[in-house]
Amino acid sequence: MAFGLIATGDPGLWGIVLLSLKVSLLAVLIAACIGMPIGAALAVSRFPGRRFVIILLNALMGLPPVVVGLLVYLMLSRSGPLGVLQLLYTPAAMIIAQVLLVVPIIAALTRQTVETLDAEYTEQLRSLGLSRLASIPVLLWDGRLALLTAFLAGFGRAIAEVGAVIVVGGNINHVTRVMTTTIALETSKGNLALALALGAILVGIAFLVTALVSMIGISREREVLHHA
Amino acid sequence: MRDWDGAEMLTQPRMAVENLRIGRNGSTLLDVPYLALCGPGPTLILGPNGAGKSLLLRCMHGLIQPDGGTVWQDGALLGEDHRARQAMVFQTPVLLRRSVAANLDFVLRRQGIRWRSRKARIAALLDEGGLAGKERQAARSLSGGEAQRLAILRALACNPEILFLDEPTSALDPAATQAVEALIQRASARGTRIVMVTHDVGQARRLGHDIVLMQAGQVAEHSQAAEFFAAPRTAAGRAYLSGALVI
Repeated sequence: MAFGLIATGDPGLWGIVLLSLKVSLLAVLIAACIGMPIGAALAVSRFPGRRFVIILLNALMGLPPVVVGLLVYLMLSRSGPLGVLQLLYTPAAMIIAQVLLVVPIIAALTRQTVETLDAEYTEQLRSLGLSRLASIPVLLWDGRLALLTAFLAGFGRAIAEVGAVIVVGGNINHVTRVMTTTIALETSKGNLALALALGAILVGIAFLVTALVSMIGISREREVLHHA
Repeated sequence: MRDWDGAEMLTQPRMAVENLRIGRNGSTLLDVPYLALCGPGPTLILGPNGAGKSLLLRCMHGLIQPDGGTVWQDGALLGEDHRARQAMVFQTPVLLRRSVAANLDFVLRRQGIRWRSRKARIAALLDEGGLAGKERQAARSLSGGEAQRLAILRALACNPEILFLDEPTSALDPAATQAVEALIQRASARGTRIVMVTHDVGQARRLGHDIVLMQAGQVAEHSQAAEFFAAPRTAAGRAYLSGALVI
């Protein structure tokens, strides 16, 4: 029956899947625009307290989604500092929450990637006359495979997350109801067919993302081996 | 320290260092009161591990700021405008994770050259280095010898007046070494001033016009190559050559 829902193209189900993909993809794209420059700048700069910032960033990767949801809720609620925007219980609120969850992941992974690459490139790039600032785009481009992994890892986190979006989105049908929140709701209602169908799709997406990540990993390993 | 005599000493040195000092934790890594590189080159810098050869090269290229002393190029203090007229090739070639052609294009584009001219230039460079037909290959999938040749071509694409090479053939087999040496010799013949660090006495004999022998952070001897290999002036030179030749 669950697979029947998928096969027949149940419009309600596909609407939910589409909204999930839209919210999480947008969130990851925004998070990448914020997190990659932060990670790269952190990788090539030296300042007092840098180690602390790196540790903090790594710690933020493990932020509990529900807590992020709560923080965003407080910011966006009517009495909150951003309450005038009236974003609570809209997809925009869900995107904001997911961005906050994903930025640390992308920034921390970018920092690692760029720092490793910089150790190899730094003398050569300086020899070619590039300043530290000018070497950032070179490092980002040459680390593109590893950064794609970071992007996918961020997407995996965003699409599978339930705690934050249920708090700030409210799980409103046709508005903010995404895969994870629907699964939680339908399971508690006993509507296991829809929950299972969405679960299967979510697992499929998660599997696809993980497979892509490891495929990129393998091709990078091969490149390194080839070089050695 | 006495520098070698001869008419070349009277000309303006291409590179000179004065009172160059680098120390770490109380020990001296580099201490060169005066060294002038005159004449057409190539200058080959010889010496055992830890003698300060690479440090000296990096100071002359401006990659390392010495604790004290000055570096001169063509009679002026080394500055950013000089750096643009220098290039360096490292022991392990550092190639961008891009295609062979893109590695060359990277430096040509920075010179503001138009795409049409860049394309022609890339083809000419690849031809020069025996890498024609490999432009689309990933640079990091090249063999060790090909990778080092590409690194040299990329350095030459900067049109350097002075080219520093830090043991470019130390990891290469004899055939690959020969190809790299040929490339360096052709660049030298076209007027690029070569300053090269090597462990290989044979290589210094094949390529060198003058030899700088370094030991424990100091320049032990600076002589014309013919003179150095016929009869080193210093005890350090004799000891290094005899030791090296036994091996």
